[in-house]
Amino acid sequence: MSLLPFFTWCHNTALSAAIRDSLWLFPVIEGVHLLALTLLGGAVLIVDLRLLGLGLRRHSVAALAGDVRPWLRIAITAIVVTGVLLFMSQARRYYDNPPFTAKMIAFAAVLLFTTTVKARAVRGDAPSGNTHQRIVGAISILLWTTVGLAGRSIGFY
Amino acid sequence: MTTIAALLQGIGEQPSSIALRESAWVYPGIETAHVLGLCLFLGLAVLLDLRLLGGALRRTPVSEFVARVMPWTWAGFALMVVTGLLLFYSDPVRFAGNVFFQIKVVLLVLAGLNAAIFHTTVYRRIASWDTSAATPRAARVAGGVSLCAWAGIVLAGRMIAYNWF
Repeated sequence: MSLLPFFTWCHNTALSAAIRDSLWLFPVIEGVHLLALTLLGGAVLIVDLRLLGLGLRRHSVAALAGDVRPWLRIAITAIVVTGVLLFMSQARRYYDNPPFTAKMIAFAAVLLFTTTVKARAVRGDAPSGNTHQRIVGAISILLWTTVGLAGRSIGFY
Repeated sequence: MTTIAALLQGIGEQPSSIALRESAWVYPGIETAHVLGLCLFLGLAVLLDLRLLGGALRRTPVSEFVARVMPWTWAGFALMVVTGLLLFYSDPVRFAGNVFFQIKVVLLVLAGLNAAIFHTTVYRRIASWDTSAATPRAARVAGGVSLCAWAGIVLAGRMIAYNWF
């Protein structure tokens, strides 16, 4: 089944046209997307660095993850909402954009990884400072970096 | 022509500046590194600002965050400065004439002054409020000013590319 009709439908909604036809809406939404990325980067890194045995080592992984979780949720919500708006406005263009496809696959992968493997590694009863945690932290950073790299490439392609 | 305008034009005529401006991959690569550096530098700096505002990591002493996390923040900052200077070097005349670039520079100076004031005043008395979730007013002001300035810097930075013409 081709996704082209879905992409075309997205492209042709009134919301998409409004963003597309505005001189400043797309750049401003993109700016907010970047701000959310910044917050996401901080909330993810502080936990991933800890999993790697770096940064705030005097706190347990579980305590740190719990402390930044509200901010992580805010960041992901903002990044998804602005991301959907950016996508809608140029949906037809993104259908043929390999970096966009790569970004969506990496984003799905990191969400799956975060809610399964990483969620287990940051639980209160998880043993800390072991090789498993370091690998989880490294994979998380690599996956998020891939999302960011592919995302930045969308505009270059 | 003023001295500064002549200087910028001279920089822009350097073969290395022209090569950077016209490169198909190097310029986008530097720009991408600039965005990744943003996550490392500003992401962690935002967490410190939120801590100063009493909104995040309330169980973490401020001095511990500064000692254990700020080195990473500085590494990110170094990456931002190097890549940022290279981007500017690639087209100095156009950047300098771009109103969003000018706004960004003013906000960068403001953010720098704010950080300098924070470290030379209320942070000197860190021992008295290090572990409290309720931070002194001066620390909250510093955190708030920093958040606003950096949000403006990111937004203005993104807008530079939309205002070339």
